[in-house]
Amino acid sequence: MAGTAGVTAARGRQLPPLFEVDALLKDPEIKVIVTCGSGGVGKTTTAAALALRAAEQGRRVVVLTIDPARRLAQSLGLVELDNTPRPVAGIANGALLAMMLDMKRTFDEVVLANTTREKAEQIFANPFYQSLSASFAGTQEYMAMEKLSQLRGQLVERGKWDLIVVDTPPSRSALDFLDAPQRLGRFLDGRMIRMLSAPARAGGKAYLKVVGASFALFSRVLNRIVGNELLGNVSAFIASLETMFGGFRERAEQTYRLLQAPGTAFVVIASPEPDALREASFFVERLQAERMPLAGVVLNRVRRVAVDLSAGRALDAAERLAALEPAPAGAALAQAALQVHAETAEAARQDRSMVARFAAAHPDVPERQVPALPTDVHDLAGLRLIGAALAGEEP
Amino acid sequence: MVTGKGGTGKTTVAGALALALAGRRQRVLLIEVEGRQGLAQLFDTPPLPYAETRLAATRGGEVVGLAVDAEAAMIEYLELFYSIKRAGSMLRKMGAIDFATTIAPGLRDVLLTGKVKEAVTRAGRDGRPAFDAVVLDAPPTGRIAQFLQATQEVAGLTKMGPIHRQSIGVMELLRSARTAIHIVTLLEEMPVQESLDAAAELRRAGYRIGQVIVNRARPELVGAGAPKAAEVAEGLAAAGLSADLAAGLVAEMIDYGTRQRVQASAAAELVTIDAALRRLPELAPPVDLGGLFELAEALELDEWLGRPA
Repeated sequence: MAGTAGVTAARGRQLPPLFEVDALLKDPEIKVIVTCGSGGVGKTTTAAALALRAAEQGRRVVVLTIDPARRLAQSLGLVELDNTPRPVAGIANGALLAMMLDMKRTFDEVVLANTTREKAEQIFANPFYQSLSASFAGTQEYMAMEKLSQLRGQLVERGKWDLIVVDTPPSRSALDFLDAPQRLGRFLDGRMIRMLSAPARAGGKAYLKVVGASFALFSRVLNRIVGNELLGNVSAFIASLETMFGGFRERAEQTYRLLQAPGTAFVVIASPEPDALREASFFVERLQAERMPLAGVVLNRVRRVAVDLSAGRALDAAERLAALEPAPAGAALAQAALQVHAETAEAARQDRSMVARFAAAHPDVPERQVPALPTDVHDLAGLRLIGAALAGEEP
Repeated sequence: MVTGKGGTGKTTVAGALALALAGRRQRVLLIEVEGRQGLAQLFDTPPLPYAETRLAATRGGEVVGLAVDAEAAMIEYLELFYSIKRAGSMLRKMGAIDFATTIAPGLRDVLLTGKVKEAVTRAGRDGRPAFDAVVLDAPPTGRIAQFLQATQEVAGLTKMGPIHRQSIGVMELLRSARTAIHIVTLLEEMPVQESLDAAAELRRAGYRIGQVIVNRARPELVGAGAPKAAEVAEGLAAAGLSADLAAGLVAEMIDYGTRQRVQASAAAELVTIDAALRRLPELAPPVDLGGLFELAEALELDEWLGRPA
């Protein structure tokens, strides 16, 4: 098989180290694997394949996905995933549990865990809360982190599983996932919270004294813009959340530290396309800057050839065949084969050059290429194939 | 609006669509909202500031690019509509901007669609619309409905006041005949499934689907039936190539044939969206300005919109 290795080596470049996936999966010190990358690169499938392979090598794994398209459900042959890890049937060894993040339910759980039943009911009834928890985008990131924390906590306390594989949300940018906890912290430290909760806390006009003239102006502005009713709802919501905000922030910080801890490994996933590789570069650089443990990069869907013959030579030969009169035996079929090869070789060349550029920019980052499959994966057999390719086993 | 699953090339198609419209002597505003500087990459310019910047000129038309930044849009919005001076510094001090643009990203979506409406309805000096067309490189299919519905959500939450009125105005524009949502897809299972889901969801919510644009379709090269290695070997020999290549070539053909069948069934699925379908050729990445013009041609706008007057 003509791989990337030949080309980069010929230019005298150092090849990047290979990402040894099995070593990572077998390492008992590794408790959390986070897969990240831009949309459409096969992130969810890779997370599921890693989880399945780890399970079949004897680990007890829970895989958490946060994807509204329910792709993991498809890949695992499950009809429905909810907020509880459920065992996946047909695992040869170990145990695999899968769950899909139910954003609203996770938010509700956080509220319930941090306040009294009565207060929780008040919060649930607040229209602002209903919007924030159910339909506003981006709470996904917080809730994913929250769920990861919960699962990690259960791992420590009850030991139901010993490895958590997390698929990151399909966010605007892959980096949102990393920034979410800190943003939450910054927000909670801000004056906005105190301002917004002041009316409900102090009641009537008394709060003006508490926060002074700048708030009076701010409040007027807000009233003018959003109207009294919404402001009232927001204020009531934040006041009732106040008691649990401390807990929120503490856990956000904890989760961030958890991500930096040695028991965590990040796997960055990309396909050999400019946008996906650019996003992967951002991510690699960011992880390095934040001292987050990057295990390696997976380059998915790399197109390859089975025959060492250039696209040009294949097309020349096809033309020669077309010109022969009368057409020799097998001419039509060989022509089609050569055209297919020319297409395939050109695609493989593009992918090789994309991958080589990435490797040149990140020579120290371990890398693993997964060949493109002709069809999508939606069963365990397919996931096993991907898992084998991730571990570097040739088909 | 141009949406599509991640990795289908929606930014490229949005760029090609803007160029094609400019080729019809139009002044086109091309907006991106995801903070990825995809337009700068595509048109090979330095990162775009939050200011309208000319990206290309062609045949009497032009493409003006804008990377909308939610924070700047919020400040602009407050200053413009409520004549609140120094809104930015005050709100930033309060943490309100963090709140609006990051903590409740639904509000961010509201600001972004609000900016789109402002551009669509803006009048130039001569009183005519400042832009003949606005092309939005919209969020991907998985988020598009949520992105558009955020404004609806805010309209419901506010019930009255200027934000309520503004939200209603934006919703009216987005659901009107002046807005079309084009969906970019590859002929693969997942992108097609997401396209079907998004189209159904958007239609249910009252939006109009424009065209379905199939990107990077591969040519049909393989006929039905399993290729025989012996037959290929004979042909190869006649072309002066080693017959040893036959086994590998047949393996590639079988692979390609499988993809071709996946493409065909994906194409059949797409038809159920019940929208006009357009195919774009595969260009070697990264697509440069020349390639973008090629894709603009392939969109065949004259056929789609009629010849320009």
